[in-house]
Amino acid sequence: MTTALPLLYRVHGREVETYDTVTLTLEPMDGSLPASAPGQFTMLTAFGIGEVPISISGTAAPDGRLAQTLRAVGAVTRALYHATPGSVVGLRGPYGVGWDLSAARGRDVVIVAGGIGIAPVWPVLQAVLAHRRVHRRVTVLIGARTPRDIVFGAEIAELRERSDVHVDITVDQASNEWLGRTGVVTTLLADAPIDPELTDAYVCGPEVMMRFTADALLRLGVPAGRIQLTLERNMRCGGGLCGHCQLGPYLICRDGPVVTYDRTADLLTVREL
Amino acid sequence: MTDTSARRLPTLAVWKFTSCDGCQLTLLDCEDELLPLAGQVRIAHFLEASRESLPGPYDVSLVEGSVSTPDEIDRLKRIREVSGVLVAIGACATAGGIQALRNFADVDEFRSVVYARPEYVQTLDRSTPASAHVRVDFELRGCPIDKRQLLEVLTAYLVGRKPNIPRHSVCFECKARGTTCVMVAHGTPCLGPVTQAGCGAICPAYSRGCFGCFGPVAVDGAPAANVTGLVERLRALRMADDDIVRALRTFNSAAPEFSDAVPDGPSGRTR
Amino acid sequence: MSTPTAAGVSVMDVSALCVLVDVLRDRGYAVIGPTVRDGAIVLDELDSAERLPFGWGVTLDAGTYRLRRRDDGAAFGHAAGPQSWKSYVHPARERLWSRDGDGPVVAADETPRRPYAFLGVRPCDLRALGILDRVLGQGRHPDQGYARRRDGVFIVAVECIEPGRTCFCGSMGSGPAAEEGYDLALTELLDGSGSVSSSPGTPTYLIRSGSPAGTDVLAELPATPADAELVAHARDAVDAAAERMGRSLPADGLRELMVENRESPHWDDVAARCVTCGNCTMVCPTCFCTTTEDVTDLTGEHAERWRRWDSCFDLDFSYIHGGSVRMSGASRYRQWITHKLSTWHDQFGSTGCVGCGRCIAWCPVGIDITEEVAMLRAGSPDERTTAGDGAEGPR
Ligand SMILES: Cc1cc2nc3c(=O)[nH]c(=O)nc-3n(C[C@H](O)[C@H](O)[C@H](O)COP(=O)(O)OP(=O)(O)OC[C@H]3O[C@@H](n4cnc5c(N)ncnc54)[C@H](O)[C@@H]3O)c2cc1C
Ligand code: SF4
Ligand code: SF4
Ligand code: SF4
Ligand code: FES
Repeated sequence: MTTALPLLYRVHGREVETYDTVTLTLEPMDGSLPASAPGQFTMLTAFGIGEVPISISGTAAPDGRLAQTLRAVGAVTRALYHATPGSVVGLRGPYGVGWDLSAARGRDVVIVAGGIGIAPVWPVLQAVLAHRRVHRRVTVLIGARTPRDIVFGAEIAELRERSDVHVDITVDQASNEWLGRTGVVTTLLADAPIDPELTDAYVCGPEVMMRFTADALLRLGVPAGRIQLTLERNMRCGGGLCGHCQLGPYLICRDGPVVTYDRTADLLTVREL
Repeated sequence: MTDTSARRLPTLAVWKFTSCDGCQLTLLDCEDELLPLAGQVRIAHFLEASRESLPGPYDVSLVEGSVSTPDEIDRLKRIREVSGVLVAIGACATAGGIQALRNFADVDEFRSVVYARPEYVQTLDRSTPASAHVRVDFELRGCPIDKRQLLEVLTAYLVGRKPNIPRHSVCFECKARGTTCVMVAHGTPCLGPVTQAGCGAICPAYSRGCFGCFGPVAVDGAPAANVTGLVERLRALRMADDDIVRALRTFNSAAPEFSDAVPDGPSGRTR
Repeated sequence: MSTPTAAGVSVMDVSALCVLVDVLRDRGYAVIGPTVRDGAIVLDELDSAERLPFGWGVTLDAGTYRLRRRDDGAAFGHAAGPQSWKSYVHPARERLWSRDGDGPVVAADETPRRPYAFLGVRPCDLRALGILDRVLGQGRHPDQGYARRRDGVFIVAVECIEPGRTCFCGSMGSGPAAEEGYDLALTELLDGSGSVSSSPGTPTYLIRSGSPAGTDVLAELPATPADAELVAHARDAVDAAAERMGRSLPADGLRELMVENRESPHWDDVAARCVTCGNCTMVCPTCFCTTTEDVTDLTGEHAERWRRWDSCFDLDFSYIHGGSVRMSGASRYRQWITHKLSTWHDQFGSTGCVGCGRCIAWCPVGIDITEEVAMLRAGSPDERTTAGDGAEGPR
């Protein structure tokens, strides 16, 4: 398998999620990447600008299309944010270990997402809903900085219509029109219908948010090995060759990005590791 | 991705402050590369190359030279206002340059010794980098700057990419080109370990120590070079403090990592 | 250690080295070996064995490397120099691909025109190549450029009988004898022993093959079977070298030592001395880290991606949006030494250090991995905060 060469993909669809976030639907032009699992990521190239790791937020298997949701924060993501339908990007991957979904059969599922973190866990939710009956209660907790920063707003609204999913949203700073909750996402856990010992948690967001969430889940009694989170480190290769993504004993691109909290809690508290 | 025909060409302006013009000459020296550049940008103000000067605003401004007179402060502020991206080029604009040696001495004394009518000489008592007065988008180091790096910065801003200007030591460049370390193998004092790469490690390739033209390794203004660590080693190699101070006080003398590295050293009056 | 039978070992005199280089060149190899340049013994392409550093030795210490004349004619009487074979199989800069306009992505073919023959690979470096093979060649996504350059490299190893003052391969179990991974292995004897040697000081070589390709080449050399006594003598000399290492780094408990010391105050102590220049990682024969740079011409029409060596001492190495993870010198030194001695085991199943001593000699301020470990070991345990208790939670 070729690791160094990006495959050409055409931007098929561009869905504006927020003022700084888009979902691109990419279709292969000449050969597609191997099938991916939820939680895996690709190395996405804006030609002439650079390459960045981006999670796969959806796959439409038949024609090899995949969706990636990204937030414009720097040069590469800005270029990708502005990529219009028809333009061409490069893809390598898929890389990494994704979410372990089998763990949650017959158990409560709680998904906690902060900001753009909703995108990488979205495939988990889709898989859970596709086999809704094999799980017990399903909870989705979402945190965003402001109401304007809520990603996948329409999908979330649809989700709230369902009686078999508990959905709760909070923002750090409310606007005048905001009628929902304010505060950090961990506050939503108190009302979450879960049986901690029988719960599998999927957490994605900024690293501090994930740590606080994981610790709150631990305090509720969710075992550390049942808390999955997805880590971010600088990544240049995606395939275990460049050394950039190290966190102690792990190469996050290879041994993650999804990891369980029992394996990483002690590492995440060491400064500058 | 770039459609040159339909697009208004971005404008480039080059400004000179207190400096020797060497960095602007680097731009002139890019003859082969300037041709395609001319098709990509409109050079709106560059007195070294043409007397024609178009009014602003300018997409990219290159600022050469340090700020050393009261007028220059005002002029720099006006330039900032009419510039989209402001890039400071060279040791003068990024660290005050050689002329910042005055920062360690008494300017009035100089003035009266050097000039017949010192009262005509308007000067500030410190020579300072552009960033001391206005927001600078990118600092391109060097005395003079490196041609490839300048083209990289211009190209990067034209295509919207982050410039590939590494922020590591000169040692990276020595090792990449296979130069034997002059400090370890010959005992020659060298500032390379704490100096930012960019020149291609020219001096060590000629068996000389690095003079620190590109200034201390630093990230976004935050000091990152452990110059004191190097000073300790130079002392262990029996280099006198006077000589160490002299080595540190050249092109980037006002960079704090260099100027403060020998706290107990001599006053720094340069002879 | 499998002692080769005298039957498998031949003896040859110094002129046979010339034949060896010629034979390898005739077979199409670019022969790379040690030679003197700029006051050091560097690696370069050799057009003949005459360019080997006959009669040159080195004096090493932390932060110091000096060439010196030897009083014999040894070609391999020197310890590791500023470069390692890494430069050839994993070059400092490499283009990965290019693309013009809307065209296809075109792989850069950076395969060397001729395969390499490495002449004078010390046992520590042999082990280092094995480590690079594992890291770059045997993961889930192998580096194809590495494989292209590495495949078919012909290796002539040279065992050590005279370790340098910065050497500690004996501690790391990677020398001074060559055990595997070579096509031919040489032992250079300088004491006049060996039937073909004319006088003391003129080298004699024991040579043995480690592969069919090696046997093939050996057949073309003017070498005669060595008698058992000479082979035993050489073996003793190599074994004795293990006892004469300039430095040592006891391996027991090393992995755990690093983990226990994640939050040791010692890192600040090193950081006061370390200038974070990155030399240690670039001279290290196993440090493999790289970064990529996307470049374009001025029009933006022609795009290329380059890969170059990187180092955990580079501030941008750990950059993620918002700032680098490892800003302090302390955290960067900790990453380096911990990776070499501890987390490399977790990631790649072995140590990342082969004890070649390069990082000690080529550190411009003379920081010594073995001494830092000794200081960590000496540090009183109660000074250290114990990280590693997950239940404790974040502070
Ligand atoms: C496994 C993984 C999955 C990710 N998934 C998503 C996603 O689904 N959506 C999304 O919007 N973002 C995601 N990110 C973060 C995204 O990669 C960064 O926002 C992006 O690299 C920023 O690049 P830039 O050039 O725009 O910004 P700059 O700040 O200019 O960054 C410069 C360079 O630093 C590196 N870098 C900067 N920030 C990060 C980071 N957070 N992680 C890794 N490398 C970084 C990149 O190489 C980048 O090119 C993910 C990161 C990782 C590691
Ligand atoms: S860490 Fe130092 S001694 Fe060990 S292999 Fe690397 S350079 Fe050699
Ligand atoms: S020590 Fe640093 S440079 Fe060397 S392999 Fe490890 S992370 Fe990379
Ligand atoms: S240990 Fe020495 S060689 Fe390595 S980064 Fe520090 S000063 Fe440089
Ligand atoms: S991203 Fe290169 S090793 Fe993980």
